[in-house]
Amino acid sequence: MTMAEGELAISELHFVRDQHLAAQPAPIRMTGAIGWVRANLLSTPANILLTVVVLLLTIWVVWELLDFLILDAVWTGADREACLMSTQHREVGACWPFVWERLPYFIYGSYPIPERWRVDVFFVLLAVGVAWLLWLHAPRRGLGALYFFVVLPIVSYILLHGFAAIGLPVVDTVLWGGVLVTIVVATVGIVVSLPIGILLALGRRSHMPTVRFFSTLFIEFVRGVPLITVLFMASVMLPLFVPQEFEPDKLLRALVGIALFASAYMAEVVRAGLQAIPKGQYEGAMAVGLGYTPMMRLIVLPQALRITIPNIVNTYIGLFKDTTLVTIIGIFDLLHTIEVARIDPKWATPVTSTTGYAVAAMFYLVFCYGMSRYARATEARLRKGDKR
Amino acid sequence: MSSEQTGIRPPRVPLYNDPRVRSVIYQLALAAIIVFLVYGATTNAIDHLQRAHIASGFGFWNETAGFNISQSLIPFSSTISTYGTAFWVGLLNTLLVAALGIVLATILGFIVGISRLSKNWLVSRVASGYVETIRNIPLLLQLLFWYNGVLKALPELRNSYSIADAIYLNNRGFYVPEPIARPGFGWVELVFVVGIVASVAFYFWARRRQMQTGQRAPVLWVTLGLVIALPFIVLLLAGVPIHFESPQAGRFNISGGIEVVPEFAALLFGLSIYTAAFIAEVVRAGIMAVSQGQAEAAYSLGIKPGPTLRLIVVPQAMRVIIPPLSSQYLNLIKNSSLAVAIGYPDLVQIFTGTVLNQTGQAVEVVAITMAVYLTISLVTSGLMNLYNQRMALVER
Repeated sequence: MTMAEGELAISELHFVRDQHLAAQPAPIRMTGAIGWVRANLLSTPANILLTVVVLLLTIWVVWELLDFLILDAVWTGADREACLMSTQHREVGACWPFVWERLPYFIYGSYPIPERWRVDVFFVLLAVGVAWLLWLHAPRRGLGALYFFVVLPIVSYILLHGFAAIGLPVVDTVLWGGVLVTIVVATVGIVVSLPIGILLALGRRSHMPTVRFFSTLFIEFVRGVPLITVLFMASVMLPLFVPQEFEPDKLLRALVGIALFASAYMAEVVRAGLQAIPKGQYEGAMAVGLGYTPMMRLIVLPQALRITIPNIVNTYIGLFKDTTLVTIIGIFDLLHTIEVARIDPKWATPVTSTTGYAVAAMFYLVFCYGMSRYARATEARLRKGDKR
Repeated sequence: MSSEQTGIRPPRVPLYNDPRVRSVIYQLALAAIIVFLVYGATTNAIDHLQRAHIASGFGFWNETAGFNISQSLIPFSSTISTYGTAFWVGLLNTLLVAALGIVLATILGFIVGISRLSKNWLVSRVASGYVETIRNIPLLLQLLFWYNGVLKALPELRNSYSIADAIYLNNRGFYVPEPIARPGFGWVELVFVVGIVASVAFYFWARRRQMQTGQRAPVLWVTLGLVIALPFIVLLLAGVPIHFESPQAGRFNISGGIEVVPEFAALLFGLSIYTAAFIAEVVRAGIMAVSQGQAEAAYSLGIKPGPTLRLIVVPQAMRVIIPPLSSQYLNLIKNSSLAVAIGYPDLVQIFTGTVLNQTGQAVEVVAITMAVYLTISLVTSGLMNLYNQRMALVER
C-alpha cells in the first residue's frame, strides 16, 4: 500500500474528524470576576486564611475610622460640653465644632484679623507659582522659575512682614502661625536648598581639595546629626555667633536651621544625579571649548537635574514633614497650633486631641501624597523618553 | 614633541587665566572666608558669654545634676549624680529605644515589604496602603498621636486594666512581674552562656563538614536544644531558683515589677511603625532587583518555592537591601531624638533639654550631643562600607 492510498483511506473513515471542534468557553470558575478572585485571593488554603485575616483587619480599621470621623462624630456645639460622653449619652467620635471654631487659628495663627487678607494673597501667589512650575504645558516656564525663585520671596516678605512705607503695617513673626508658618518654612527650605545643594554637590565633586574638603565636611556633618540638634544649634547658638546688635528673630533662626539641613540632603541627591551623567558628556563639553561654568550650566546640570527630579521631590516631601520639628523650638507651625488648641480648657475633652491630630494628619497626607504622585508621574514620563 | 623642536611656541596664557593659578586663588579665597566666619563667630560667642556671665568649658560634667529622670538603666539620683551620669543615662536610653526599634521595624518592614509583592491582591493592596499612609504623615505627629491620643487616653490608675492582679495597664504605664533570681540561678546563666558558645562552635563545624562532605547537620534543632532546653533542664534540676515579684497596686501608684513608661512605649511604637514603612520599600526594591530568571532557574532545577526564596532570591536581594537598610537604621537612631517632644528621657531630652537649661552652656552641650550622633553615624557607615566591600559583586 502506497502513501497516497493510505491517506485516502483515512479521509474516508467516518470516525476520524476532519474539522476542528469549536473552542468551548473556559470553565466559569477560571474567568471573569470569579476566576480573578480564585486566582488572586483564594489560590491555596494558606492564601484563603491570609485573605480572611487581612479582610477582617481592613474592615475593622476602616470601620473604626469611619465610626470616629463620621458616624459617632459631633457636628455642632459651642464648647466642650457638646463633645462629652456624659452630655451626649453615647460614644463620642471626632469633635468637629472644635475644628470649625479653631480653623482660622490653625491657618493663620495669631496673625491680626484685619491683616489676614495678606496671608490669603500670599497663598494665591504661591499657588500660581507652584502651578506655573509644575504644569508642563504652561507658557513661559522660564519666567515661572524667575517668578518662583526671585519675585515671590521678595513680594511675600513685603506682604507678610509688612512695609510701613506702602501702608502695610508690620506684623511681627511672633504672631505668625498655623498653616502659614508651615508653608513659609517649607517654601523657604525648598527655594533655598536647591541652589545651595547644587553648589555643595559641585563642591564635593570639585578637583580643588580645599573646596572638596569643606563641602564634604559640611554635608557629612549635617547628615550625621538629627535635625532637632541642628534646630537647637540654630536657635540657641546662632544668636551667640552674630554681633549683639543683630539679634535674628526666632522664625529666622528656624529657617536658617531648616535651610542648612535641607541643603546637605539636597547636595547628596544632586551629587547622585551628577554621577549618573556619562563621562563623555563632560569630555564633549570640554572638547568644544567650554569652560567649567558653561559646561556645568549648559551641558551637565540640565541633564543631571532632569533625572534627579523624582528624588528632589522626595527630598521635598521629607522636608515638608520635617517642618513639624520647629514645634519643638517654639515656632507656631500647624502642629504647634493644634497642640495649643487641644489643651485649651474650653474644648479639652478625651476626643479633642485625636480630632486635632486627625486634621493635621489629613493636611500632611494630602500634600505629601500629592507630591509623591507628582514624583512618580515624572519618573514615568522620564522613563518613557529612555525607552524610545 | 617639544615646542623647541617644532619651532612653534604655545600661546602665552596670562597668569590669571592659568587653571592652576586660578584654582589656588579660589581655594585661598574660600579658606579665607571660612576662617573669617569662624573667627567672627568665635569672638562674638566669647563676647556674648562673658557679658551673660556664663561659664565655659566642660567643668559642669562633674557637677551635681539635681533633677530626676523617669527611666534609667543605671542608678541615678537627683541629689548625688552628676551631669556626666545624666549623659550616660540619656545615651543608654537612646540606644535602648533605638535597638528595640530597629528589631521591631525590621520585622514589620520585611513582612510589609514582602506582602507588597504578594500575589494575593488584597494583601498587596493593604500593604501599599500602609506604606503610603505612614510615609506621608510626619513622625512627630504620629508620636504625639500615640502618646496623647492613645496611651494618655488609657484609664487612670484606679480603673487600670489588669490581668490576674499581675499585669497592669493604665495611663501611667504598663506593669509586668519582675523575675528575681535566688541563689543557684547562676548555674542556669552559666549553662546558657556555655550553650550559646557551643552552638556557635557547632554551626561552624557543621558548615565546614557540609562544605567537605555535602552532609547537612540539624543546626537549628541542636541550637535550640543547647540554648533553650539545656538551661531549662538545669533550671528544673536546681529547683527553679527564681520567683516573680508582681506589681502591687496602691492608691496613688504601683510599686514593684517592671514598669514600661508610656513615653517609652509611644516612642517605640511610633519609630517602629514609621521606619517599617520605609524598610518595606527598601525590601520591595531589593527583591524586585533580583532578576526573575534566578527564581525560574531554581524552579527548573526542582527547588521548591520556599527554599528558592530563602537560598536564591533573598541572599541576592540582601546585597541591594543592606546599604539603604542601614541608612534607615541611622534615620531611626537620629529620629529617636524626637523623644524630646513627648518627654522620654533620651540623650537630647536630658542633655539639650534639661542640662542646657540648667547650665546655659549651649555651645558645649550641643557640641557633645552632636558628637555622639556623629560618632554613631560614622561608625555605622564605616561598618557599612566594610560590608559592601565584602558583598560587592566580584566583577570579571
